[in-house]
Parts: sequence; structure tokens; C-alpha cells
Amino acid sequence: MTEATPTNVARRPFLGRIGEVPHVGLVAALVLLAIVGLATRPENFATSSNLVSILALASTIGVITVGMTFVIIGGGIDLSVGAVMALSSVWATTLATQSYGPAVMILCAVLVGTGAGLVNGFLIAYGRMVPFIATLAMLVAARGLAQRMSGQRTQLVQQANTAIVELSTTRVLGLPLLVYVFALVVALGWILLNRTTFGRRTYAVGGNPEAARLAGIDVRRHTMLLYGLSGLCCGIAAVLIMARTTTGSSTHGDLYELDAIAAVIIGGTLLSGGRGTIIGSILGLLIFTVITNLFILNGLNTSDQLIAKGLIIVVAVLMQRRGALTGT
Amino acid sequence: MPASPPDTAPLLTMRGIVKRFPGVRALDGVDLEVRAGEVHCLLGQNGAGKSTLIKILSGAHQPDEGEVLLGGESVRLATPTAAMRQGIATIYQELDLVDGLSVAENILLGHERASFGFTRRGESNRIAADLLRRLGHGEIPPGTEVGRLPPAAKQIVSMARALSHDARLIVMDEPSAALSHDEVANLFRIIREITAQGVAVVYISHRLEEIREIGDRVTVLKDGRTVAVGLPATTPTGRIVSLMTGRDVEYVFPPRPAPSGERPEVLRVEGLTVPGVFSDVSFSVRAGEIVGLAGLVGSGRSEILEAVYGARRASGRVLLDGRAVPPGRTAASVRLGMGLAPEERKAQALLLDQSVTRNITLAGLGRYARAGWVDRRREAAEAARLAEALDIRPPDPRRPVKTLSGGNQQKAVLARWLVEPRRLLLLDEPTRGVDVGARAELYAVIRRLADEGVAVLLVSSEVPEVLGLADRVLVVREGRIVHEAPAVELDEHRVLDLVMVSTNEESRVD
Ligand SMILES: Nc1ncnc2c1ncn2[C@@H]1O[C@H](COP(=O)(O)OP(=O)(O)OP(=O)(O)O)[C@@H](O)[C@H]1O
Ligand SMILES: [Mg+2]
Repeated sequence: MTEATPTNVARRPFLGRIGEVPHVGLVAALVLLAIVGLATRPENFATSSNLVSILALASTIGVITVGMTFVIIGGGIDLSVGAVMALSSVWATTLATQSYGPAVMILCAVLVGTGAGLVNGFLIAYGRMVPFIATLAMLVAARGLAQRMSGQRTQLVQQANTAIVELSTTRVLGLPLLVYVFALVVALGWILLNRTTFGRRTYAVGGNPEAARLAGIDVRRHTMLLYGLSGLCCGIAAVLIMARTTTGSSTHGDLYELDAIAAVIIGGTLLSGGRGTIIGSILGLLIFTVITNLFILNGLNTSDQLIAKGLIIVVAVLMQRRGALTGT
Repeated sequence: MPASPPDTAPLLTMRGIVKRFPGVRALDGVDLEVRAGEVHCLLGQNGAGKSTLIKILSGAHQPDEGEVLLGGESVRLATPTAAMRQGIATIYQELDLVDGLSVAENILLGHERASFGFTRRGESNRIAADLLRRLGHGEIPPGTEVGRLPPAAKQIVSMARALSHDARLIVMDEPSAALSHDEVANLFRIIREITAQGVAVVYISHRLEEIREIGDRVTVLKDGRTVAVGLPATTPTGRIVSLMTGRDVEYVFPPRPAPSGERPEVLRVEGLTVPGVFSDVSFSVRAGEIVGLAGLVGSGRSEILEAVYGARRASGRVLLDGRAVPPGRTAASVRLGMGLAPEERKAQALLLDQSVTRNITLAGLGRYARAGWVDRRREAAEAARLAEALDIRPPDPRRPVKTLSGGNQQKAVLARWLVEPRRLLLLDEPTRGVDVGARAELYAVIRRLADEGVAVLLVSSEVPEVLGLADRVLVVREGRIVHEAPAVELDEHRVLDLVMVSTNEESRVD
């Protein structure tokens, strides 16, 4: 035990190191899709308007995906994201809320989302409900509440509150503001996950909850906060969708939970928790969005699109098993 | 199964085995030769490559080079199932049972008794019960979920699983690490029984005294190479140790300081009770004092530790520095200055996918964080310092902790509680799986902490360890403290007498 480092530590082979560059596989897939886009629709794909619409589309689910990444790394799942976003958008666009102006509308969306998330978290952490069940219940209940509040009607953002819509119409450097909101959420999420004690605890709670508990982490409180964070992201996403569609509606965000979960999984986050990255999730989401875009540009129908997405999930997960995609 | 030839023709020969992992040559040309009916001990320091070698034997890893001969024929052990079909059964160092399945289901996992895809539960339970009885543990019900069993019982279940295969070679990776004295005796009885039937056993342990007792021959690994093949087990321990470590190590305990009644009381436990597990436990630990809990596995020692730590709800009072410790809230306990190194490192302590650094700093992360922001440079530097102080190998704290050998993982668990100064350390089997040389160093670390004023409560299944390291010993039997004495006034026999259940004792009417 006194001698120096063991002599059998070999140098890492170069190829081994390439495999360790994170997300090469995902980036390669994205590049491949872009090539397909350029080949099949050279006149449409690479236009700035198309790229902007891809990003704008990705922004809403993207914000949700950030929250979902935290929840899944923390060992949970949140099926209620789409419904909570819809509820937030409806609540923020009721006549009563709209009368207070755009700032209050944004605040309202964010608070409703966070509140719904905390309810999820409370049921799971302190009520000991299985995340799948608790958030499924929230999915159903939040949609119901949204329908009831809106009377199943689409609520328009009023003329007086078009400041919100400007998130989508105002462009800086060619990109609508909501893309910057998305980028900001990703950046903050990345920092929170990788540079703070909160992020560390998230990995610990998801990776080995018992070890986390015995190391003095308040696992229940942390779990509740994770769902609160996911809800907060839904609230922000609600603002973005209000900006994009100029409406609040109980039908917004249908099946967003599936897209978000799929993006997270493609991005290399384990559903069992304890592992994963924000960047991976975002790349996964971009892959999904670009595919949707390619199908639309090529005039293919949405059923084929769903089939293709299903295949991609399977392929991505199979490749990760072999460690090829994320290099982990 | 063909009867093995009576002469010394080896049952198993491994030749020139090489296994590389990214960045490490775990095995660098290892030879092993095992005869039918013998107990072959595999020795080596933490990280020497023992577990890796037997994982190759069990089909869990594929060698990069070298060959494996079974009964003189070259075999390829491509999967664990293939190895089992060749008659090789393995009890891994880290338990690998499925918590959600029953005892019987675990024992027969992979070769279930079934007809048309339906498991024959009655028959499975019967087979399992027979095996458990053979192991002297008929009391473990085959129908219970494994997740509910204490670690020692899990160990028995994995043993039963190995036996269920009718193997001709059984590999045991540190089977005794989780067992107490009488359990080890029982294990040896079983080993003798199976070797008498011509089955060979490959036995790994860091407890060298066991080698003399059970072993026939010894192979020593060092840094992934074989340094001695098939020595007789009667080789003097000193010689074996110097082969393992390349130097002479003494199995020594650090000197105790003179007892001082002046030191303040750090921990006070009053009437602590968890119904059915332990009852009315009261004791105290002073600053700078190491108190050992001796007792059989299952006597309630670990549970007492967990209750003190607030990880388990109990009635009664726990006071740390005079302040009540709220039950059921480990976060509060840690804030008050406690630390617990739990019994099962893999299940209870480690984040296997995470780096050694992150495992070390998990509990004390706040120390490197300002307003939640982690200063990663300081964190890495501090973790590297602790890893070096405890000689965690390989000396690269960025590696995922799961790539470390068992003993080195154990050191990482201990290092976690050295990050921030603690008032009270609760150490449950702190040297489990740690090699002889490193053990002496860990003892020194624990004693040094005590000298700095930390109160230490220690649980160990190794009576010499409790007697050598602790200042005061509490003997636990069936959930009660039955004796308390300074360690110097006790010896191994006395403690063993005390921990055993004396059947003629009339007072045992609970
Ligand atoms: N999956 C892995 N990836 C990378 N390195 C590994 C892996 N498994 C083992 N190693 C390395 O191989 C070496 C041998 O490890 P091994 O587990 O065989 O040691 P051991 O002799 O069983 O030690 P111990 O007595 O502590 O259990 C160590 O340096 C370890 O870090
Ligand atoms: Mg080992």
C-alpha cells in the first residue's frame, strides 16, 4: 500500500476517448436528418423561416422537457405536463386575469403551473403515491379543470394584452423572443443541474434514494421540489404557447408529455433515475421536432410520422444500451 | 455429472488471463488451478483483481486474453448461464438478489421449476426450504420477499442459490464479510460438506485466519498478477501477507489514550425501543471515546445504529450534545453533527454511477457551496485529498465508484464522513471487505478522529476488531444490551459467550 500508483493503469486509447465525447451520436443523428432535409426539400428546409419555425415549435415542449429531465433524473415521471400547461394557459387568459394586464397573466400562468406541480410532488413525496399514478390523476384533473374554466372554448388573448404575443412576433437577430426564453430556461436548468447542490441532490435522490436519505438529504422535500420545478416549467411553456397561438385553451399541449418523455429518453436519461443530461434531452427534442418538420415539408401524413417517432425511440434506446449514442 | 478423477488432475485451470477496463489492466496474466474437492483460497489486496477473475469464471466478464480449462477441456464462458451449465456457481461479493421476488424465486432464478411456463410454486418452495435447512437456516420462510430480509439472511439466500445448481465448482467472493462468528462456523460446516462430495470451492476473504481453518491451497494475486500459485494453506500468515502487499504488515490496533472521565458526553440514548427488534436500549458515548457494539448478526446492532441516527423510527430518547434528535429525519441528524456509514455499501451508501468525488462529498456538499453554488475545484481537491489519505485505488477520484473494487468502495463510504467535522460517527462494519494492510490504516484513521474529540459508535462482526479498536464494549443479545465493560477487561471467548443465546437462562421471558 506504500508503493506508487499501480503500473497497470494503461493510457486510454484514442477511439475510446471519442466514444466518451458526450452526445456525438445525437449530434450525428441531427446532422443526418438535416442532410435528409436538404436532399428531399432543398428549396424549403434550410430557409430561415423554416428553421425559425422549427425552433419556435421546439421552444414550448423544450421548456417542459427541461423540467421533465429533472423529474426523471430524480427517479420520477410527470405525465401531467401537457395538461398543466393547458390549465395554466386557460387560467391566465380568463377575462378576470386578463383585466390585470400581461404581467399578471404571466405570473398567473407560472403560479398555476408551479402550484399544480407542488400538488403532484406532495402526493408523491408525502402521500407516498406512485409518480405514474399521481401525475396521471393530475393529467385528467387538470384537463377537466381547464375545460370547466374555459367552458371548452378557446380564450383569445385580448388586444390590450398583446404584449404577450410579442414574445412570438418580435424578433431579435432574426429569432422570435420565445426562442430566447427557451434558451434561457435551458441555460438556467443546466446550471441548476450541474453546478448547484440542488442538482447534485437530484442525481442522488434518483440514483439511490436510500443512500441519499442516509447521507442526510431530505429526500421527500427534494422530490416535492422536483415536481414543483416541472410545474414551473409548464407555466413558462403556457406563456410561450399563449404567445404563439394568441390563445389559452384546454386542448393545448395534448400528448406533450409523450414528446417530452421521449426527448428525455432519447437524450440518454435513464427512466430508472440517477443519470441524464439537459443537453441530451434538448438534442433529443430537436431530433423529434426536425422529424416532424421533415414529414410536414414532404407532405407525409401524421400517422407515418408517429410510426417514425416510435421507431426512433426504440432505436435510440437500443443504441444507448450499447453505449454508442451518448458515450457513457 | 462425471465423477472427478481421484488424482490431482485439476478441475479448473485458468491460464494467462488478461482483462482490461478503460484505463486499467485489472488482470495481467493470471493463472489459477483448482482441484476437485478442495477449498482454494484466492488472496490479494483491495483491487488486486480477485472479483474480476471470478467474474470471468462466472461468465459475467469476458477475458481479453488467456484460456479457461474445465476438466481438461477448453471452455468459453460467454454468459452467466453458460457458466452455470458448466457447473460453476457464484456467490458475488455484492449481493445480487432481486428484492421484489420471494426467497424461493430468488434461489431458483434462472432455473425455475415450471410446467408450461407456470411456476410450480409448491415445489419451488419445498426445494428452497430444503436448501435453507441444509444451510442451517430453516427459519427463513421461502415465501418472504427478499427485500425484507436483513443482510445476513440475504447472504444465506445467495448461498442457497449457488447450492441449488448442483455445481462442481462454487465460487464465493467474501462470503464471510457480512457474517458473524457463529455464522462463519456454519458456513465452514457447509463448505466441508460440499467439498466432501467432490465439489471444489474457490474462497475469497480478507480474514486471513479463516484461510488456515478452511483452505487447502492458496493463490495470491497482486496488482493483477499471480504472485503465488497453489501454496499450501499452512504457509505462515506473515509470508502470505508479504506476498500480497510486497511488505510486512502487522495487524495492529492503534494505542488507546488513557481513559478520561472528564470528557463531555456527546451521545445519550435513553430507553430506545423498536418493537420486535430491540428494546429499552440505554447508553452514552463521550467525546473521544470509541464504543463498540458486539453481538450476533440479527441481534439488533445495526438497527440500534439506524435508530440513533434517526433513520428508523423508535420510541425513547436520543440526545446529541444534550439536544434531542428528532426521529425519522436524517437531514436533521446530519446537521446536528452525526454521520452513519451503513452496513450495505451498495444498497445504502453508494451512488454507483457517480464519481468517487461525488460519492465522497455527497453529505458534506454544503461545505463547498455558497448559496447552493458548488465550488467544484475545491470539491475535487478535497475529495482527492481524502481519497489519498485513505489510499483509495485507483488514485483517480473522477472514476465512477462502481468501477472500484469492493474494499475501495468501502473506503469511499468512510471518506464521506471525513469531509466535515462530525460530533458522532456511527460505523457499521467499517472494514467490511477491506484488506489487511488498509485495515490497519483505517483503524488509525478512526482512532485519530476519536483523539480529535469525535465520539464513535462501532458495530463489527469481528470480535477482535471490536476489542482492539473500542474503548468500551456493549454486548447486544436479542435486542438488549446484556453487558458493558471496558474493552481491556474482555477477551474474545468471554464476548462470544455473552453474545450467544444461553438456553438455560430463565430470565428470558419477553
Ligand atoms: N467495471 C470496471 N471498470 C473499470 N475498472 C474496473 C471495473 N471492475 C473492476 N475494475 C478495476 O479492476 C481492478 C480489480 O478490481 P477487483 O474488483 O477485481 O478487485 P478485488 O481484488 O476483488 O478487490 P477487493 O478485495 O477490494 O474486493 C481494480 O483496480 C478496479 O478498480
Ligand atoms: Mg472484490
